[in-house]
Amino acid sequence: MPDQPTSAERFIQGILPENPVYRQLLGLCPTLAVTNGMQAAITMSGAVLFVLFCANVIVSLIRNLLKPHLRIVIFTLTIATFVTIADRFLAAYLYQMSKVLGPYIPLIIVNCIIICRCEVCASKQNVVAAGADAIGQSIGFALALSSIAAVREILGTGHFFGIRVLPEVWPDWVVMVLPPGAFLTFGLLLGLINWYGTYRAEKAERG
Amino acid sequence: MKPIQPMEPMPPSMLARLKNNKIIQAWLVLILAICFGSSLAGIQLTLGPRIEQNKINETREKVPELVLGAAHARQLAEEQKALEIQPQSVAVTKNGRQTAYSVLEARDPAKGRLGWVVKTGGQGYADKIELLLGLDPAAEKVSGIFVLEQKETPGLGNKITDEDWRSQFIGKETDRPLEVVKDTADKETEISAITGATISSRAVTTIVNTAVADLKGKLAAQ
Repeated sequence: MPDQPTSAERFIQGILPENPVYRQLLGLCPTLAVTNGMQAAITMSGAVLFVLFCANVIVSLIRNLLKPHLRIVIFTLTIATFVTIADRFLAAYLYQMSKVLGPYIPLIIVNCIIICRCEVCASKQNVVAAGADAIGQSIGFALALSSIAAVREILGTGHFFGIRVLPEVWPDWVVMVLPPGAFLTFGLLLGLINWYGTYRAEKAERG
Repeated sequence: MKPIQPMEPMPPSMLARLKNNKIIQAWLVLILAICFGSSLAGIQLTLGPRIEQNKINETREKVPELVLGAAHARQLAEEQKALEIQPQSVAVTKNGRQTAYSVLEARDPAKGRLGWVVKTGGQGYADKIELLLGLDPAAEKVSGIFVLEQKETPGLGNKITDEDWRSQFIGKETDRPLEVVKDTADKETEISAITGATISSRAVTTIVNTAVADLKGKLAAQ
């Protein structure tokens, strides 16, 4: 087996170098759908952290029992269980938020980030590495979601976390909280990050 | 010389057959399914009542405001008085089909019935809209509406939740259906549409009209 990255490397990689949204372009459904407000984005990231961490740990614990042709079934089963738990929990303790997020919590089941982490890391490495990987990737996901949500909420409503930050004269760009705003913001931020990456690489080359 | 007959393949041993059995290969899937299933059942048993309670509370919290108006409701909350709320289900037969409305009767311990709150809903522009409709004790006037659930276009259709727009319904008589107009409403039975969201405005008004038509007689008779 080729050398696997260590726990610390897994953790660091998830945050920026292999950011699930900006680098791997995974999990775009919630990225586009629930980023019209910071509160929704943070709750979503929290739910993904919980599901990803639990799924990674369980899969890592049973990794030696997995059969190649049945592994995806087991991943999905594990993920679906924890998503349902997260969904019920939100409905019980954060009822308003669970209404805002609506179907996007159950849709975490088909979020590629989680199945990708189970496949790439948890089914091959020990529990510590799998846990560190889950936390790193979730922080990366949370950063991506909140960066998009911040831009959309501030420009679209003049609010940040529900508190007014722009002066009343600001004409709310309603389009930013509508679906097109998600694509615009995501595209521009992705472009910016890629441009910055290339710029740094070129600078390093020139010395 | 006779050609050698190819040998019959050996019948697979019991163990090999078991190993190839698809059900037995999936033992881990089955065991996990049982474990996860039972833990989910446990979660549902613990959290289910709380979730139901959340849904009921959401409706109940709005009853004083819908029946008495916002100012009076606030005063009541400051005095820490609560209304008696009696839920009931009112069955309506329409076009040969029976539907049931969930209706809350608001009573003051001293003054008797204060009004009704009806939970109703219908198709909006994007998805179903769920409303609470407040009526006076004789079901002659609308005392308020509240939007419980909607997925209308943000910035346009979701203005149906704004108090400014909703308050148009307060005091409307229930003997004639309400109509949506695009400019300022000047007649008693008119509701002015939200700019750019005529369909959402019309949807809410239709839901109110339908509920009123279905229930007016039944509630007044009680």
